[in-house]
Amino acid sequence: MDVVLLARLQFALTIMFHYLFPPLTIGLGVVIVYLIGMHLRTKQVIYDVAARFWTKVFALNFALGVATGIVMEFQFGTNWAVYSRYVGDVFGSALAAEGIFAFFLESGFLAVLVFGWDRVSPRMHFFAALMVAIGGIFSSIWITVANSWQQTPAGFAVRPYEVNGEIFHRAEIQDFWAMVFNPSTVDRLVHVWFGAFILGAFFVMSISAWYLLKGRHTDFARRSFSGGLLFGTIFSLAQLVSGHSNANMVAEHQPAKLAAMEGIYRAEAPADLHLFGWPNDETQRVEWGIALPGFLSFLIHNDFETEVKGLAELEEVYGRPPVWLTFQAYHLMVACGMFFIAITLLGTFFRWRGTLFEQRWLLWLFVPAVVLAFAANELGWVAAEVGRQPWTVYPSWQNGEFVQGLRTADSVSESVVAGQVLGSIIGFGIIYALLFALWIFLLNHKIQHGPELPHHKEKTSLEDYLETAAHRAGHEESFTEPKMGG
Amino acid sequence: MDLNIFWFVLLGVLLAGYAILDGFDLGVGILHPVAKTDLERRTILNSIGPIWDGNEVWLVTFGGALFAAFPEAYATVFSGFYTAFMLLLLALIFRAVSLEFRSKVQNARWRHAWDHAFFGASLLATLLFGVAVGNAMYGVPLNARGIYVGTFFDLLNWYALLCGALAVALFSMHGSIYLYLKTEGALQERIHHQIWRTFGFFLVLYFLVTIATLVAVPRSLQNFDEHPWAWIVVVLNVLAVANVPRAIYQRRPVYAFVSSSATIAALVFLFGIALFPALVTGREIENSLTIYNAASSQKTLTIMAFIAGLGMPFVVAYTVVIYWTFRGKVKVGPHSY
Repeated sequence: MDVVLLARLQFALTIMFHYLFPPLTIGLGVVIVYLIGMHLRTKQVIYDVAARFWTKVFALNFALGVATGIVMEFQFGTNWAVYSRYVGDVFGSALAAEGIFAFFLESGFLAVLVFGWDRVSPRMHFFAALMVAIGGIFSSIWITVANSWQQTPAGFAVRPYEVNGEIFHRAEIQDFWAMVFNPSTVDRLVHVWFGAFILGAFFVMSISAWYLLKGRHTDFARRSFSGGLLFGTIFSLAQLVSGHSNANMVAEHQPAKLAAMEGIYRAEAPADLHLFGWPNDETQRVEWGIALPGFLSFLIHNDFETEVKGLAELEEVYGRPPVWLTFQAYHLMVACGMFFIAITLLGTFFRWRGTLFEQRWLLWLFVPAVVLAFAANELGWVAAEVGRQPWTVYPSWQNGEFVQGLRTADSVSESVVAGQVLGSIIGFGIIYALLFALWIFLLNHKIQHGPELPHHKEKTSLEDYLETAAHRAGHEESFTEPKMGG
Repeated sequence: MDLNIFWFVLLGVLLAGYAILDGFDLGVGILHPVAKTDLERRTILNSIGPIWDGNEVWLVTFGGALFAAFPEAYATVFSGFYTAFMLLLLALIFRAVSLEFRSKVQNARWRHAWDHAFFGASLLATLLFGVAVGNAMYGVPLNARGIYVGTFFDLLNWYALLCGALAVALFSMHGSIYLYLKTEGALQERIHHQIWRTFGFFLVLYFLVTIATLVAVPRSLQNFDEHPWAWIVVVLNVLAVANVPRAIYQRRPVYAFVSSSATIAALVFLFGIALFPALVTGREIENSLTIYNAASSQKTLTIMAFIAGLGMPFVVAYTVVIYWTFRGKVKVGPHSY
């Protein structure tokens, strides 16, 4: 089999598995800072209980993120050696900065966060949680810088260099800040963050909704759900704005990717916006779809008539990315985003009416919705990475001059053969399947176990009644109201 | 000192930091079977519980720094030693998850399975690190472009395997001293016996590898002719090694730990002196990748020097804070593994 295809498959497998964890830990990290901070301020036990519970869940995800993250760093060298030689000067420095600025901070203070509850002062503990959250965010900054540079390269020049008498070419940094703030960094970073925050919120809401439906840990679950809902509503709406800004950025800097995302085979004026569809490479059309006439022109150019270029016109300069996969990944991601907006607005409406926790059907919707939040994060990357093919480093203009990119097919290691890559795909496939099963099993185990209340003991029915009564009193609800979840 | 040398030295510092810090927790993994009860196993795991993850970051940063400063060497080594790196990745994944997963379920078979994974992964990772160092010393088949042209089995030559065994012995000794520091009672007594064994094992391999290096890699002495001061490090190395049994005999584990850390630092230093200015030595010496022909542009090396200068003091500060926070004997509690 083809080494390039195998190496791409391996990259897709390892990055998609890895990317289950970082957005979740970034999102949960912020949640934990909030909870520990609230406990520090209000001294209410419930915040402490919640913080301890989510920290345990966080630690499990963090360990898997670290374990699968090392694979990513090594993989650039193992499978993509030519790419590494070409971009080491630029891409490598962003990766090294991630190590020095983010990983040490995150992993060091994680120890204090997870193991330090009784060892350090509450203030120090809060500080550790803050540092872990900031570490995760630093990490996302540098890795998004590195990735964005490949998509919209800037601040570099292609220079000759010599190895043992032979001359080769590679990308060298000219302007570090132009490299860091390349045209897509900020848009993509904001999009990644919001995606992580949405996932964190939906993760918290999913587990809380399930507790509410089962009538377990109800006080904990109500607060967690309400917090998650606020967080989720804000960022779902904000993501719409960020998504639009990203689409405009892609249209400007990676027009072939935009054409693939929207299934524009030939230039269209006005260009329609497909809600869904089935791009067919043979007929060069999107079939079985529904389109809003002129809306793509409007979204990109603020005008319903302006032409949007198609793959046929762009192919000569940008090559042709796979259309079907890019189109579907992008459209599914957008659909997920719309669903998040709808469901969180509905939740906020019922919250405002004060009847949120009576809407069992809505809570039932929130339980599986977290799967879509994971999916949206993954699909965004699929659309971004497949849509930039056939390039690992995209063609660009540097100081007014056109600079050819680096093709994916030219990026793989010279000394690696198909059998090696296939072997490692099978090996990682088996191990990742095992880890995935264990992750689900342990996550479920933790959720079933639930948060631990301080000084937990067997309760008599009278104590149970009194405690329930106290909770109800605190929430100004009727004592005769049936207990949530029966 | 030019920037290329600065980066060579800094990579050495990162490597030494990694070998000293992750060295003892890999050693703890190899010694894990010494424990007899579940509580003892948990004690051993929790001795490294809060810190193993931070220790491993030194490796990640070493990898990132190699990529940025010497991309040619990074590309050649990682693609050339493909199968070895895949094995190393599997070992590191299993080590990480066995630490995290083991405590999550109260079931003897579940825990035994992860105990085995933890031991096996720690042993394999240590062995592979040693083999890698051995190959870097011995030289690997490179073509004129500096690309690896050998196979996986070329890496398993006698010299590299001997270095692998030395790494296992060294980290076991280092790990046993660390465990002695962190434990109490019957477990500590048993570990005290282990220190003597691991020290003996290390001493034998230390001599064997020294002799083997003089025989098989005579060029490793070249830099000593030009820079005779480097012999001081050899003397310090021998003193550090000799101080280990003395400190153990006197039951002063902190001295022993400092001595074994110094031993590791000295060995990494000697490794650097032997290689310099090469990063990857070719079987044909003129094909070697050096700190000049494998380096990034001067501009990148400068930027990276700023990044390192800004970041490293923080890194050292976090490391000190974390180790200070978790000082003293291991206590297995509700937040432990």
